[in-house]
Amino acid sequence: MNGVEFRQVSFRHARHTPILDGFTLAVDAGEVVALVGASGAGKTTALKLVNRLLVPDAGDVRVQGKDTSEWDPIRLRRAIGYVIQDVGLFPHLTVADNIAVVPRLEGWEESRVGARVRELLELIGLGADAYATRWPDELSGGQRQRVGVARALAADPPVLLMDEPFGALDPVTRRQLRGEFRRIQSTLRKTVLLVTHDMAEAIALADRIGVLDAGRLIWIGPVRGIADCQDPRVRTLIDAVTVDVHSGADGGAR
Amino acid sequence: MTSVLGFWLAHRQELAALVGEHIVLVAVSTTMAVALGVPLGVFAARRPGLASPLVAIASIVQTIPSLAMFGFLLPVPLIGGVGARAALTVLVLYALLPIVRSTIVGITGIDRAIREAGVAMGMTPGELLRQVELPLALPSIVAGVRVAAVVGVGSATIAAAIGAGGLGQYIYRGLSMVDSTVILAGAIPAALLALIVDGGLRWLERQLSPRRRTRSRRAALTVAAALALVALAGSAALAARASGVIVVGSKNFTEQLVLGELVAQTIERDTGLSVRRRLNLGGTLICDRALLAGDIDLYVEYTGTALTATFHQPPSQNREVVMETVRRLYADSGRTLLPPLGFDNTFAILVRGADAREKHLRTIDDAARLAPQWQAGFGYEFLERADGYPGLAKAYGLAFRRPPQVMDLTLSYRALASGQVDLIAGDATAGLIKSLDLVQLEDNRHYFPPYDAVPVARASTLLRYPQVRKALERLAGRVSPAEMRAMNYAADALRESPADVARRFLDEQRGR
Repeated sequence: MNGVEFRQVSFRHARHTPILDGFTLAVDAGEVVALVGASGAGKTTALKLVNRLLVPDAGDVRVQGKDTSEWDPIRLRRAIGYVIQDVGLFPHLTVADNIAVVPRLEGWEESRVGARVRELLELIGLGADAYATRWPDELSGGQRQRVGVARALAADPPVLLMDEPFGALDPVTRRQLRGEFRRIQSTLRKTVLLVTHDMAEAIALADRIGVLDAGRLIWIGPVRGIADCQDPRVRTLIDAVTVDVHSGADGGAR
Repeated sequence: MTSVLGFWLAHRQELAALVGEHIVLVAVSTTMAVALGVPLGVFAARRPGLASPLVAIASIVQTIPSLAMFGFLLPVPLIGGVGARAALTVLVLYALLPIVRSTIVGITGIDRAIREAGVAMGMTPGELLRQVELPLALPSIVAGVRVAAVVGVGSATIAAAIGAGGLGQYIYRGLSMVDSTVILAGAIPAALLALIVDGGLRWLERQLSPRRRTRSRRAALTVAAALALVALAGSAALAARASGVIVVGSKNFTEQLVLGELVAQTIERDTGLSVRRRLNLGGTLICDRALLAGDIDLYVEYTGTALTATFHQPPSQNREVVMETVRRLYADSGRTLLPPLGFDNTFAILVRGADAREKHLRTIDDAARLAPQWQAGFGYEFLERADGYPGLAKAYGLAFRRPPQVMDLTLSYRALASGQVDLIAGDATAGLIKSLDLVQLEDNRHYFPPYDAVPVARASTLLRYPQVRKALERLAGRVSPAEMRAMNYAADALRESPADVARRFLDEQRGR
């Protein structure tokens, strides 16, 4: 019941060609599903349909078994952690205050907020004493991305949406963060839908992979099955990773 | 500079009061503009279709010259008229544009990803505004407030034209006395005030930048809010004092300031009522409108001016006829003409004392003979009005070498003394006549209508406070032309304050 489900979802901006077209996908509770595709394939749109930043033109999106149009949008969004591409940390708040935003919106007591912030900072490997009072622009890109993850997890939402979470980082930091994500996920067991253009990232993080092309889901299956797929559109994405592996830039498959 | 220091020292109480008025005007108008402009800017920032028309309207308002704006507002009830209220309306309108614009810029300039993060985290529109948009837009908003306040310090000097007080009073007084010391006495503190306001708000801007610790931001905001509260309380106190008192007005030249003080102090001495001074109003029209609207209770007018400028009647040379016509016209609009003070401030055709002695000039007829070799300089008003130059030229057959030069009335005295022109039309009671050694030529053909100085009051005020009428009747015929000229000389050339000049005159009167 904690899952996310798309049923025959279509979405388009005004009269343009559809961004998503008859899109169907079920993410089970506690499962990590990665949507992979070239830019413009409709990945980010799919995420925004889940927390109702966008509303589908046809079909429905269900979160925890309930259609998003039936959710109060504010309650829905607070039940979903969102880690964005460009992080979106609030520059006028310290690291601790950034992480504390949703718990405070939810009216937690300050002592509980403080304890939660410390717990999360330890979880993402940033010492609470050293980092709680830092400003976002004093952090490295990797540190900012970790704080972004901590902020999304703060109020313990059952569902996590991640948009190219580690895309803008250098290869070493990226590999490190992927490892930490697996470690955290193995204890938290969130329902995670993440989107990326990087097949290596999908293979490193996900239980199942879906491939999006021009608004349609053209392949879905467990990570280990993707290597055998012969569809040329999927092969292009996989070959990009292989080149990466040979050049030694990234670890690729687990 | 030393003379400015001396002036400040001699008028330090007045200076302090004017600085206080100036600060209250700017602080209250800026606070009100923030209270109005920030919500307006927030509203417009969320509706892109609305933002540009709103900024366009605010920009148009900004381009209306402030004197014209005061003119538009004169007949408007509640927000218009004369005094601090109308000045505040104008200052708020001017302050709106920079504040609205900086609010819109501040909010629309926020990174989309940051705003989207807030929405995606489940912030309501109100939470997003309070926790994300306003804090991030705050430095930009404060920058707008800074611009508004600094511009406000400048604009507030013009508010003296409608009797709102402030440092503009010295500037206007100095202009009417052609005395740069007095102008500087008002302009220097105004400039300093602008610099202090600018510096203070810059400091606030820095305190509010996102990099600062929350505690210092809170402290800075608290300081700003406390200042705004003090300003509002000050204005409330000012407004409260306005009820239950007699309000005396005057026009904006030296003689009128002295007469305003004379009338005000007479009422204070004889009735014990408290008097509020709205001196330095920007002209006959403004005084008349203010009297009609009840913004002032009385001021001193000249019969010939009332006849032609206020009531648009043809000029007349008969003193009694003019007085009775004006008395009747005032009565028709609920106003009472009190007994004349005893002097006639007619137009005076003036020449240099040296010329008069050398060429034996006594009358305007004497001057008409020399006119073809002379250059005349007249104020704009004298060239235009029905009882001015056109009729004078006809009555005396005047023909100058070139058409008369148009110049500011107060500057024309100096232009005559320094030889730039050879003949001017001044005020018969001007103190500068004595100090610059000028000679008034006799109007031997009795061309100029009489300009007897008379207090005119709202009938309803006199009914409610009959003691005011009694007090003013005691002034009847007590101010001779020579005494008026001496008082103008003391105020203009010796730089005594109009209040001191009037006080000494009344002391001497009572001593007699």
